[in-house]
This record gives sequence, structure tokens and C-alpha cells, in this order.
Amino acid sequence: MSVLLNVQSLSKSFRGLRAVANVSFEVEEGAIVALIGPNGAGKTTIFNMLAGALRPDDGAIFFAGKSIHGLRPDQVCALGIGRTFQIVRPFAGLSVLDNVIVGALRRCARVNEARAFAATIVDKLGLGSKRDFPASSLTLPDRKQLEVARALATRPKLLLLDEVMAGLRPLEYDQLIAFLQEINQRDGVTILWIEHVMRAVMALAHKVIVLHHGELIAQGSPAHVVLDAAVLECYLGEDLEL
Amino acid sequence: MTLFLFFAYAGQAWNIMMGFAGQLSLGHSLYLGVGAYAAAALYFHFGIGPWAGLWLAIALCALLGAAIGALAFRYGVAGVYFTLLTIAFAEFARIGLDHFAWLGGSGGMFLKVAERDRVELLNLRGTPAMFYYVILALSAAALALSAWLLHSRAGYYWQAIRENEDAAQALGINTFRWKMLAVVISAAMTALAGVFSAFYYSSLFPEQLFSINRSVEIILGPIIGGVGTIFGPIVGAALLTVLAEGTNEIVVAFGWEVPGIKQLIYGIVLFAVIVFLPHGIWSALAGKLKVRE
Repeated sequence: MSVLLNVQSLSKSFRGLRAVANVSFEVEEGAIVALIGPNGAGKTTIFNMLAGALRPDDGAIFFAGKSIHGLRPDQVCALGIGRTFQIVRPFAGLSVLDNVIVGALRRCARVNEARAFAATIVDKLGLGSKRDFPASSLTLPDRKQLEVARALATRPKLLLLDEVMAGLRPLEYDQLIAFLQEINQRDGVTILWIEHVMRAVMALAHKVIVLHHGELIAQGSPAHVVLDAAVLECYLGEDLEL
Repeated sequence: MTLFLFFAYAGQAWNIMMGFAGQLSLGHSLYLGVGAYAAAALYFHFGIGPWAGLWLAIALCALLGAAIGALAFRYGVAGVYFTLLTIAFAEFARIGLDHFAWLGGSGGMFLKVAERDRVELLNLRGTPAMFYYVILALSAAALALSAWLLHSRAGYYWQAIRENEDAAQALGINTFRWKMLAVVISAAMTALAGVFSAFYYSSLFPEQLFSINRSVEIILGPIIGGVGTIFGPIVGAALLTVLAEGTNEIVVAFGWEVPGIKQLIYGIVLFAVIVFLPHGIWSALAGKLKVRE
């Protein structure tokens, strides 16, 4: 498999605080890669740099072989990277369907075409019955789904998901996991995914990257990573005896 | 009626920028004034009629709008600071024209008033009825343009930017370019309102055309009617006109001779509408009638 995203020694500081330090990793085309780590490990900062919302202090990012360093978020999106926000940002005054149409217009020449495409995505994410409601009336789990729907509507090659499972009930995770698996396998969407819900990570990820204090401390298959000494130390404390 | 349509038209122009794209301008008198002076100066000094002059008015205002937009959006001047910038430019223009003798300075510029019974559409000179039909046509065209824009790609993108600019940009929208488009369209439309007002009143004073009161008058209609809706600016302007005329009638009928009573009644009704219908009359009405724009 070819490498879709190649991140090389990425660093970012905020007023002296090293949020991300020298992080390098690769995401293969068609893979589902989970980015995990305790709060404040720098996961969302990495996402913001990948999506063009933050400028890295140092390092390089290549997407499909091309450098995307210094591009604006809309240019990054045009190249095929879709993202969701950890703190959801719906277009509150617009209907659910209109929210998704905005994303769909990225790849559709006409509004009618975008509307039809958006409707299929809204249905698939289980928001079909709420499509004409204003986004402001949705519950938090529904808003998370709307984030995913909107990002998917731009037809990304790489989807960046930031804690989309948070606040969902176990039954809802299973539905979302099945859905992500479907878009990954059927549509070939590569997924890079920040997640705290380990059950979902174990079920879905092909590879797991672990961050701690801005540094990459482990990467590998889910089964390998949960047994890694450094990971156990940062999650569970260093004196743990297995 | 002419005055109502004038504010309906200008309100629609402002609504594209604020209601659709979320960029609050309190300096729309700038475009009104520049449009008015551009066409009036061509007519006054060179005898060039308004139908040719309006193109200069549109071009100048579009350019001004683009300059202000570029300045603000490039350097991250947003929110209230953007609004302050729009006020500042209108004030610059007012003070500048006060001292610009070629355009009459603060003493004003006066267009020759032809016999009012002869309709001369080519020079926009004629009876009140002619002006009524001209502004009616403009308002209708603005309504069609607003409706079309709101349901096009531009309308979706503008609303996305209005609701959450970061999210809009993450969905691939070049927010700078689309905000610029909103400002330029809004400025160009307001320029036509300026041309109309120059020839309707035949007199131009910087203190009137560029004053912040003018800007506020323009935006009251859409605010009362419903910001961001297609019919809101028209409904709002209609209500304000009825209200102004109505208070006049009442004051005369009761023979009240208290200074400022008109403004007081006007203010109270305005206040009530804003308190009880914060999204505007049209939005409330459309909700009741289940009309979707």
C-alpha cells in the first residue's frame, strides 16, 4: 500500500509550551489509524496542523506526495482532507441537510446535485428524520454525527475524525464503527482518528499511534500497542505490575 | 410609497452583506453617498445622464467595497472592529466632501430641476410617478437577485461563513473570496440607491448622505423585518413607513403639540417589535404561515 500521509518531525510550541515535539508517522492509503494519548498530549494540535488551521513551527507534511505545509484550510480540503472538530461547530441556524449541502458543494457543480448527495449521507448517518431541523436543535451525539456527515460530503480521500465517539452510548458507537468500516472498505476513505474510546479503537484501527506530552511514544497494531511498556506507564502509572 | 420602496431596496442591499454573509456594516451611507455624488457630478459638470453615470457609481462603490473588504478580511479585522471600520470610511467621506468645493462642499450640490410635469426618463427628470416606477423596478430586481443568490452556491457559502467561519473554511470555502463578493455586490446595489436619491431629491449634502443616521435608517428595515430573510427587508420597510406616517396622523388628529412625541411613539413601537419578535416580523410570520423561503 502506498503512503497517503507522511508527517516528518512535526513540532509546535505555544508560548514556550511544547505541544507537539518532533512527531513523525505515516498513514497508508486505505488504512484506519488511531491517534491516542492522554488529554493534552497534542493530538488535536497535530490535527490542526494537518488541516491547515495551525502553522507548524517545524517539520513537513506530505499528502499524496505533495507538501501541504502552509496551505489554508480550504486549500487542504480541496486536496482531499476532510476534518471534524472536537468541539463541534455546526452551522447552527441552518437545517441539518443544509449543513451537509455546504460540504457537498465542494464536489458538486450544481446545488440540486449537492442536495441529493447530501441527503444520502444524512440518511446513512441516521439523521434522516431530522434533516429539516435546525442544527441548533440537535443533541450533542447528533451534532457529532453531523460533523462526520459534513466532512464526508466533501468526499475526502483522508478523513480526520476528532473524538467523534465522545458522548455516544455503546449502541451508537457500534453503529458508527460499522459505518466507518463501511466507508473505509467500500469507498476507500482513509481515516486518521483521535479517540478515547478504546473499545472502538481496538475494533477498528489497523494501526495505533500513541502520543504523550507531545511526543510519539509508540506505534503499531492495536494488540501490540496495549502491551507496550511506555504506553502502560503513561496511561496506568509506572509501578504497574502485569 | 417611493420612500418605502427606497428603503426596501437599500435594506435588501445591506441584507446581502449582513443577513446572508454575516458582515455587519454601519457605514452603508458611504456607498449611498458615493453613488449619488458620482452620478450627480457627471450630470452637473459634464451633462452626462444618470443611465451612463450609474455605471461610474457602481464601479466606484464596488471598488470602495473591495478596498474596505480587502483591508478588513486580509488583516483579520472582524466583528465589531469591522463595523467600526465601515463607520470610519463613511465618516472620512463625509468630512472629505464637506471640503470638496468641486462637488459643492458642505453647502451642497443642486441639480437643475426641470419642469416636473414632463417625464424625461433618459435624464431621470420627471414626475413623482416616474420615480415611483423606477424604484419599484429596482426593488423587484433586488428581490429576485436576493432570492436567487440565497439559493445558489453563494448563498450556502455565505450562510456557512455567517454561522461559523472556521467550519466553513474547513469545508473548502475560500472565506476571503466569498466575503469580498458579498461586500462588492452589496456596495454596488447601494450605489444605485444613491443614484436614485440624487436625482429624486436633486440636492446633495454630505451631512445628509453620508451621516450615520442614514446608515441606521437603511438597516432598520431588515432588522425589523428579519435579517437574512428574502422578504424581511421589504416587510420591515413597509412597517416603518406605515409607522412613521401613522404617528404623524395620530399626532395631527389629537392635536398634540409636544415636541418629540412622534419620535417617542416611533421608538416605543420599534422597541416592542425588537423585544417581542427578535428574529423580525417576517420570520415570525413565515413560521406561522409555514412558508419556506
